[in-house]
Amino acid sequence: MYKLKNVTKQYPGKGRKVVALNDVTVDIPDGQMVAIQGPTGGGKSTLLQMLGALDRPSSGTIELEDSSLGQLGDTKLGAIRGKEIGFVFQNFNLIPTLTAQENVETALVPLGVSAAERKERAEKALASVGLAERGDHRPSELSGGQQQRVAIARAIVKEPAVLLADEPTGNLDEETRDEIMEVLEGLWRDRGLTLVIVTHDSAVARRAQRRLHIKQGKVKDLG
Amino acid sequence: MFGTYLRRELTGRRKQTIIIAIGMALAIALVIIVNSVAAGVKNAQAEVLKSVYGVGTDITVTKKVSALSSTGQSTAQAGQNGQGPRFDFGADAGTQTGDGSRTVDSSRLSVGMGTSTMSTSTLATVKKTDGVSAAAAVLSLENTSFKGTLPTFNRDQEGQRGQSDTTQQSSGGADGQGGSSFSVDSFSVMGITPGAKAVGPIASTALVEGRTLTANDEGKKVVVLDKSYAKSNSYAVGDTIKIGGKKFTIVGTVKSTGSDSTTASNAYIPLDVAQSLSDEKGKVSTIYVTASSSNDVDALKASLEKTLPKATVSTQSDLASSVSGSLGSASQLVSNLGTWLSIIVLAAAFLIAILFTISGVTRRTREFGTLKAIGWSNRRIVGQVAGESVVQGLIGGIAGIVIGVIGVFVVNVISPTLTGGVSSGGFGGALADGARRAFNGGSGSTTGAGGTGSGFAAGAPGGGSGFGQTARSAASSASTQIDLSAPITLWVIVIAVALAVLGGLLAGAIGGWRASRLRPAEALRSVQ
Repeated sequence: MYKLKNVTKQYPGKGRKVVALNDVTVDIPDGQMVAIQGPTGGGKSTLLQMLGALDRPSSGTIELEDSSLGQLGDTKLGAIRGKEIGFVFQNFNLIPTLTAQENVETALVPLGVSAAERKERAEKALASVGLAERGDHRPSELSGGQQQRVAIARAIVKEPAVLLADEPTGNLDEETRDEIMEVLEGLWRDRGLTLVIVTHDSAVARRAQRRLHIKQGKVKDLG
Repeated sequence: MFGTYLRRELTGRRKQTIIIAIGMALAIALVIIVNSVAAGVKNAQAEVLKSVYGVGTDITVTKKVSALSSTGQSTAQAGQNGQGPRFDFGADAGTQTGDGSRTVDSSRLSVGMGTSTMSTSTLATVKKTDGVSAAAAVLSLENTSFKGTLPTFNRDQEGQRGQSDTTQQSSGGADGQGGSSFSVDSFSVMGITPGAKAVGPIASTALVEGRTLTANDEGKKVVVLDKSYAKSNSYAVGDTIKIGGKKFTIVGTVKSTGSDSTTASNAYIPLDVAQSLSDEKGKVSTIYVTASSSNDVDALKASLEKTLPKATVSTQSDLASSVSGSLGSASQLVSNLGTWLSIIVLAAAFLIAILFTISGVTRRTREFGTLKAIGWSNRRIVGQVAGESVVQGLIGGIAGIVIGVIGVFVVNVISPTLTGGVSSGGFGGALADGARRAFNGGSGSTTGAGGTGSGFAAGAPGGGSGFGQTARSAASSASTQIDLSAPITLWVIVIAVALAVLGGLLAGAIGGWRASRLRPAEALRSVQ
């Protein structure tokens, strides 16, 4: 469960500080599917980065289970990311020189999983997103939807507690968007994940159990 | 995963890999070629020095030369200062011929120009010095023979010096009108200790015919000739040869064991006989020293310099700088241009590798940000970047070794011929190699004549014709033609590989450092 209390994030700007998050207090229970919406520059991605232990708040606290993410060092944050949190990005962020199978395996490297087990688990993850036959394809040989499926497989292969998706359908057409959302919803439902999706797309947001609207760093819980 | 990721990156980013590898390969190849050629030139220099100084000589000790001979002053001046050989003939010198002329034949054994002598006791001092394994002294001499016809001088001319030459009358001589004809020949003679342990020039000779000098030859007029000299002058074992006006029996001939066609001297005679005939009793010109350990040569040199402050102590490396000719030029070219070129190309290759790696890291910001986001540690990412750079360096290194070996092979196929000599001024005049003698003599003139006799002095301020002669024999022994052979040693390969790895590590370390500084959130934000 996430517990955010009075979280503020400021970035140094020209002459004045830019406040990306302004005194945000919100809880996200385990297993909840949450959509975060809001205008560009409102602080959606910053909030996602705080939840994903990619950055630390300027003030306030963020707790994930028993860990206070704002207080931990880089190594421990890296370990939490490696074990507990899966990421899906708008641009897929696959490594272009690696095959789909190898891209998925990269998520298991920090966990010290053996090569054989990596291979087996990656194959299963790819199969779970419907890409069992595409393991040896490079990203450039896959469609946008397929690439996002590979990215989802990479995010779930380590069986995380949390899946954070930053505009996962932002670069996809409607049909593919629906396919990807089907996959994400299926995984959330089947695996009991906490799923947080940042999106501009209201159709996507409507699928979530809970919607948060963020504007000028302030979060409004739309329920 | 490390290996798979590395392989994929190198093959996936082929252009970058190829450019870095080519840069590194060229640098490594150049290093190998320059190193090998330098080693070949060094070997050639050693070969030249070996032929002059002998196998196993680590250090030579000579007397410090005076400013006169060390500054390359003209031979005429040297002669005027009494440095050259001097022939004086009385009125009754030589043999009277039918037309009244006199034929003269004289030879003189003297210390060669540019050579200084020191006491034999120096050898004992050297032998007592710690770190000396063996030492031998030699006396380098020049045998100059003068043969010719002198004209008849009218005794009435005595006292008419200062009058116009046109009033003087001469007759006889080579042209029947008071002219003269002379031939001057010279060859090098080295006094060595017979039967002593072979150190010095004699160590690089091999017996061709007859025998070498033994301890029993002390005090005897016996000589061992250089084979080439003997052949060109039609001497054979058992013949006699005039040295210092005395007849010596030729007991053997020797040849050089090196690439040189001649040995260090034309003739080798017992040291005591050489000292006696040249009026240099108790004197030697050079002491050749073998160090107990090749690692102690510099220390031994310092020790000898302290013990013998008036001597010039030279090591092989000191002497290498005295090698002249195209070999000397090649040495300078390799050591100057070659080394700097290698350093510049190597630096450029390193720079290319570093810049490409940094550029690669910048281009892969999102990739590394993503890896960090999914839990990869900084260490793992730095290791990945460094590993890729090292492998790129190694690929370049291996290609460089292949190109370098081919380059060295081409050098060896071409095998340029280098000429090497040892300059006389470089190390205290240990040898008179290349030194020139000039003999100025009068012809058909009484100018310079002393009373009733004919004075004939080297470098004398005589009028009339003058003639000079190169000290052919000595010079020939120092000029060596050597076909350059560039060796490739294991060390060169090891250095090449080490440089390639170093270049890769350097580029990887800098690239990895940049990658490690990327904060995952900023890395992801910067491209989205």
